[in-house]
Amino acid sequence: MPIQTVELRNISKRFPGVLANDRVNLDVRAGEILALLGENGAGKSTLMKILYGMYHPTEGEIAVNGQVVQFKSPADALAQGIGMIHQHFQLVPGFTVAENVALGLKSSRGPLTDLNVVSQRVRELGAQYGLHVDPNALVWQLAVGQQQRVEILKALYRDASLLILDEPTAVLTPQEVQEFFGILRRLRAAGNALIFISHKLYEVKAISDRVVVLRDGRVVGGVATQATNQKELARMMVGREVITQWEKPAAQARETALQIDKLQALNDKQLPAVKEVSLQVRAGEILGIAGVSGNGQRELAEAVVGMRLIRGGSVRVNGKDVTHHSPAQMIQAGVAFIPEERMVMGIVREFSVAENAILITHTEPPLSRRALFDFRAVNTHVARLVREYDVRTPSLETPVKNLSGGNIQKLILARELSRSPRVLIAAQPTRGVDIGATEYIHKRLIEQRSAGTAVLLISEDLEEVRALSDRIAVMYEGEIVGIVPPTTSVEELGLMMAGAKKDS
Amino acid sequence: MSTTRQRFDFGRYNFILVPFIAGGLALLVGAVIIWLLGANPIEAYIGMVQGALGSPNAIADSLVKAGPLLFVGVGICIAYRGGVINIGGEGQIVIGALATTLVVLTLSGLPSLILIPLALAAGFVGGGFWGGIAGFLKARFKVNEVLSTIMLNAIAVQLMTFLLNGALMDPTSLDNSIRIPQTQRFPLWTDLPRLIPTRLHAGILLGVLIAVLAYILLWHTTIGYRIRAVGFNTVASKYAGINVGRYQILAITLSGALAGLGGAVEVMGVNHRLFTDGSATGFTGNAGFNGIVVALFGALHPLGVIPASFLFGALLTGANTLQRTVQVPGAFVTTLDGLVVIFVVASQIWARRRATRHAMPELPPQDKIVPASTT
Ligand SMILES: Nc1ncnc2c1ncn2[C@@H]1O[C@H](COP(=O)(O)OP(=O)(O)OP(=O)(O)O)[C@@H](O)[C@H]1O
Ligand SMILES: [Mg+2]
Repeated sequence: MPIQTVELRNISKRFPGVLANDRVNLDVRAGEILALLGENGAGKSTLMKILYGMYHPTEGEIAVNGQVVQFKSPADALAQGIGMIHQHFQLVPGFTVAENVALGLKSSRGPLTDLNVVSQRVRELGAQYGLHVDPNALVWQLAVGQQQRVEILKALYRDASLLILDEPTAVLTPQEVQEFFGILRRLRAAGNALIFISHKLYEVKAISDRVVVLRDGRVVGGVATQATNQKELARMMVGREVITQWEKPAAQARETALQIDKLQALNDKQLPAVKEVSLQVRAGEILGIAGVSGNGQRELAEAVVGMRLIRGGSVRVNGKDVTHHSPAQMIQAGVAFIPEERMVMGIVREFSVAENAILITHTEPPLSRRALFDFRAVNTHVARLVREYDVRTPSLETPVKNLSGGNIQKLILARELSRSPRVLIAAQPTRGVDIGATEYIHKRLIEQRSAGTAVLLISEDLEEVRALSDRIAVMYEGEIVGIVPPTTSVEELGLMMAGAKKDS
Repeated sequence: MSTTRQRFDFGRYNFILVPFIAGGLALLVGAVIIWLLGANPIEAYIGMVQGALGSPNAIADSLVKAGPLLFVGVGICIAYRGGVINIGGEGQIVIGALATTLVVLTLSGLPSLILIPLALAAGFVGGGFWGGIAGFLKARFKVNEVLSTIMLNAIAVQLMTFLLNGALMDPTSLDNSIRIPQTQRFPLWTDLPRLIPTRLHAGILLGVLIAVLAYILLWHTTIGYRIRAVGFNTVASKYAGINVGRYQILAITLSGALAGLGGAVEVMGVNHRLFTDGSATGFTGNAGFNGIVVALFGALHPLGVIPASFLFGALLTGANTLQRTVQVPGAFVTTLDGLVVIFVVASQIWARRRATRHAMPELPPQDKIVPASTT
């Protein structure tokens, strides 16, 4: 039976040192989109993982269509019609779309596969909801937005009628978000229930029917989306007014700190991704790179810091040639990097908060002397970082994989900014970060720049790029199509991001 | 399921529990085999415990058996923490013992205060060199270390057999033309000191010391920090400026070095000569493989390996006496040993699978996220 209502009653979840959910009551009905808002670490993902059977609640119960149910695993939740699309996809890259959808299901032909049947149904579902993907395409060849569709198709194929979407838009380009919202509206019209998590208030305002706000694991409010505005939502979330725009002091740009000349690099598929890119970033300025993701920004950043092979061109830091230098040498040269792939590149998941906080600097005194750690010094240092950047963690010994996504990002930022680098390359620094923390990170980036750091900011968020940058370079298909002032309108930037050259 | 999930998340407890349950199951299967062989399993196991712990001599024998397991096991921990699987303990023991033998036989004129440390160091260096080859092949040419260490095992044993049948053969046996593949007995002043009037020698103490040092290395030094970082995540390590290949090589070199030291202690403390019994593994008594099981028993923690190796040493010693106490064939020892290995290793694979499966949601697929420059 399709889902009419799902209720979470008095749900609590305790982890060592944290009460992630504290007597939460929540309900969602067929035909509505419920948005779940809350700061980093408020307990949103935990609550959703309980609903999806991945965690057992410490207390409380779940009722589907009025019947109390017990989930031992996600399979039980799926059997009741509850599906979840994680922020990090669980697809087999070497399999086709149809194979991924069929994975783990019984075939109608016994031991033989029934991929034709699956493909047929995938096409039907695709046509019904606007989830267009070729069932025979290999998953690794698909863009991120399409992979997300495959995840949704997997859930729908298993007859899910409540879809949980945990920060689905964090990985999408603005255009993809619009298409994605179209899909959500069609799913809602067909009588599905949807739970949507995002840190972007305008998205919540645009797509949801109802908003529930969590703070410190508790529900602090619920409103009809119609009856509220972004400002009020922000206040409910953070508990105070949030400034989203503020004056930044004029740039005091000095000598060129980072000089990139005709740089070339390949992407993971070994195709040219960075094509003769030339850029200069001066000490004391923020150069923003705007562009739809997948146009070579990630490869550019990785090539500059030595994480990716340079196929041509050169990189200079403070006039010194550092082309082909290793990441270790780049660190020595005073370059800091906040990577886009933060869960894999930026941290060691199994390491503790303290161990991750000293990932780059662990060989420097006073943290260690002659290879021996001074744990007192380490703890003092890390405790200060955690306090200053408001990283919410039960303890410094907690494995980083147990932190919420936004808090992991804050930890990386704390680590990289505290080194007072000469050059900072920040890729999507506020992706998945709540509005309060975003405000804070923006403030710190501007402080760094005013203190004389050359900042290369890569972001898909045009508002962010315009608010922070002193100059904006627009990247399209591996090339810089133009460098414009931050006062350039969003429309004009949009055109350039689509490849229109700027004559100047 | 979700409760087990958490237990595996905080795997510490399970990593300790799982091998014991698996070991118990192996003994249970062993009991069935004993029963099928027409003996009384309860009697047999009581006899085993007595054989292993029933007298000072028995305890000493168990500890002596634990020696090489301790060295290899601690080495396995280091390799594992560095993300390297070292199946090459056998070969590393052999090369270590060979190096020790060469030093002892060529420099036998030196006083023991110099010769013993020198000979031990030779074992350490020899085993480290043998492990380092696999590390180099992995870091430089992406050769899977499981394959290379297994092949290096075979090469090491062949080398030893060749030398023991030629250059290193006991001159007196050459004279008598009996041709036993062993060296002459080492000079008496190279014997490791006995602790009490049993076969127990100072090598065991060295092993305990090494385990403590390995713990300090892994968790109190930047070198160990880097080894562990590389073991968990090579991409993030590279990002952090760590030379991934270098630390992989270091991890397996240290691992091999400890196995080699185990070999040195074995020849200088127990046999006082190098010999081969002609089996696939030579004189090691399978310690290169059993050391892996011991490491798993010890939760892959150097300090956990200390009790684990004593337990396993007792098991081997006890099983050896079974032949005498109840009527089971001598090959049963090997069977029981094999059963424990299979059960413990399988249980670990099972536990790890479970853990990763439950951790999956947070993990993007590996091949999607590894940048081209690292592959
Ligand atoms: N497996 C776990 N073990 C221990 N603590 C955990 C675990 N998962 C989450 N936590 C803790 O529970 C709290 C809530 O985390 P959760 O991931 O639900 O936050 P969130 O609201 O999704 O945040 P974000 O917006 O950053 O994703 C955090 O303090 C986090 O550290
Ligand atoms: Mg979350």
